[in-house]
Amino acid sequence: MTGHAKAGRPNQLLRNLNSKIASIPMMLTAVVIFLGGTLWTVVYSFTNSKLLPRMKFVGLDQYERLWSAPRWLVSIENLAIYGVFSLIFSLTIGFVLAAFMDQKIRFENTFRTIFLYPFALSFIVTGLVWQWILNPEFGVQSVVRSLGWTSFAFDPLYNQEIVIYGILIAALWQGTGLVMCLMLAGLRGIDEDIWKAARVDGIPMWKTYIFIIIPMMRAVFITTLVIVASGIVRVYDLVVAQTSGGPGIASEVPAKYVYDYMFQAQNLGQGFAASTMMLITVAIIIVPWAYLEFGGRKRG
Amino acid sequence: MKSRLLAAVLAAGVVLPLGMAKAAELEVTHWWTSGGEAAAVAELAKAFNATGNKWIDGAIAGAGGTARPIMVSRITGGDPMGATQFNHGRQAEELVEAGLMRDLTDVATRENWKDIIKPSSLLDSCTIDGKIYCAPVNIHSWQWLWLSNAAFEKAGVDVPKNWDEFVAAAPALEKAGIIPLAVGGQPWQSAGAFDVLMVAIAGKDVFNKVFGDKDAEVAAGPEIAKVFKAADDARKMAKGSNVQDWNQATNLVITGKAGGQIMGDWAQGEFQLAGQTAGKDYTCLPGLGVNEVISTGGDAFYFPVLEDEEKSKAQEVLASTLLSPATQVAFNLKKGSLPVRGDVDLAAANDCMKKGLDILAKGNVIQGTDQLLSADSQKQKEDLFSEFFANASMTPEDAQKRFADIIGSAD
Repeated sequence: MTGHAKAGRPNQLLRNLNSKIASIPMMLTAVVIFLGGTLWTVVYSFTNSKLLPRMKFVGLDQYERLWSAPRWLVSIENLAIYGVFSLIFSLTIGFVLAAFMDQKIRFENTFRTIFLYPFALSFIVTGLVWQWILNPEFGVQSVVRSLGWTSFAFDPLYNQEIVIYGILIAALWQGTGLVMCLMLAGLRGIDEDIWKAARVDGIPMWKTYIFIIIPMMRAVFITTLVIVASGIVRVYDLVVAQTSGGPGIASEVPAKYVYDYMFQAQNLGQGFAASTMMLITVAIIIVPWAYLEFGGRKRG
Repeated sequence: MKSRLLAAVLAAGVVLPLGMAKAAELEVTHWWTSGGEAAAVAELAKAFNATGNKWIDGAIAGAGGTARPIMVSRITGGDPMGATQFNHGRQAEELVEAGLMRDLTDVATRENWKDIIKPSSLLDSCTIDGKIYCAPVNIHSWQWLWLSNAAFEKAGVDVPKNWDEFVAAAPALEKAGIIPLAVGGQPWQSAGAFDVLMVAIAGKDVFNKVFGDKDAEVAAGPEIAKVFKAADDARKMAKGSNVQDWNQATNLVITGKAGGQIMGDWAQGEFQLAGQTAGKDYTCLPGLGVNEVISTGGDAFYFPVLEDEEKSKAQEVLASTLLSPATQVAFNLKKGSLPVRGDVDLAAANDCMKKGLDILAKGNVIQGTDQLLSADSQKQKEDLFSEFFANASMTPEDAQKRFADIIGSAD
């Protein structure tokens, strides 16, 4: 009798059993390594762990020290400047390039490859290349000076006021190609009929882009935003390759603070506190996105 | 046929490891990768191989800041090497406390390290709770000012004999298009230069009070204010030296593009490599020519605890090889550093090294900051001085206040 009833309503747990078993390793990885590791880090950020982790709680001491360290404050400020400009410029330049590409130009493949090529390079290589280009004795400055303009000065990496923009240039050069490709894919996904309809109505092309196409590409924009934003928070190698945080501490970033304090200063507690602050930054970006993406779909 | 071959291979597989078991292989990690340094390490390897064991070289490029995290994570991660370099002092302190490093007291008492190692502070830095955990191999001192004779000739001034004369000569150098003082951009260089200025200007006692006793009041006091004044001069003189690595900065001095550099005695190797002679092409002023004091930091080898007995035995052999008189001479001559034993003959040493040996014999020594401060405090100091040297709008007074805070919270 009972067996009969069960056959009628299959156990939810046993449905697709194979795929559930197959996903157990990944679920364990996610729970134990990602979540467990995160929790572990947060817990130990309240201790005074030095070279080796130890459970000796000191309350918020590490955070107090963190937020009174001039280098951390400079890092946060740099991240904010770098983040805002890198988002604005990579999205704008990426979209404009994609829009140009979309005009059925000749050699589109060639151009696309050229624009995407820098993305194939690691940040370390990008950083070293731009370190040479921006070096006043070998790079842009010396080239312009050798052309006759001897008072020309362009040495962002050696000027602490603008060094972060020197890093920004390299990051844009590297990352814009990817944004362009994502945008291009989004543009190609727009139905031809919409263009035709806009043309029949006599709407100028730029207006069509801004008021019709961009709103339709919302999903692509959000995906791009998340990819670019997560790259911003963890920027590290580019800075190490280009300036190692210099001149002085003018181009320090949070990820570098974490590494330096965990391993060079042998102060795990301080490094953990800094990485917890970075986690909060990421959460601030990811949570609203997840809410918009997944919460929104249910309502729709 | 086939089976016989297989049997032979199998037999070889069993016999060979047994045959080789006597000569243990030890992997030794270090960060000596520049030309002169590599030549010095080769001497150590040669001496160790001569004992019938095998030295597996594990050089890690990129200076101590890059190498130490790798070494520490290998030891804490359960993949220890046979032996590893550290700057002795407090860098390996916690590894020792966690029981990951081997106690060398037996070897040390057998070989009488207490009597042969001079100055004794070197062995003190290896000692934790009465037990000895490392073998010091050399003494490196920071307190040197290297001057380019050619640069001063070009500027038309005499080669300075002390720091004040050097500061006074700076305008003349600048007029001749020469950067007075070369300082590389890496943080440890400006922090180190400040420590040197402190011993030279404020003297040994103040240095010990600030870094030894961590006396924040002295650190905020008038004597240190004078040091910050000098550091202010130094950063003005260093303006325009757009280089990162210390050897690039030394190269500016070698080529006469810069007047001088405050750098440890390892810079000497670069002058030697460039074929320059002390006194003729370059001048060295220990203690900046003001206070002839040198610090006795340096390098030491630590031995992680290993399970393999053969390898543990080889560790003992390596420890005593490192300190044998012949190895000490061969290694230190190539390295440009001073030997840790007072009883070896360094007739081949050049003028600058002889000056150093003299000061050492007189006992005008201090402990290095690596021995006195934790890595954490050192890093905070580096952050402060790299900012101070790069940011002209940061006043010496502000910097001193932050310096006193760091000393006050140092452990």
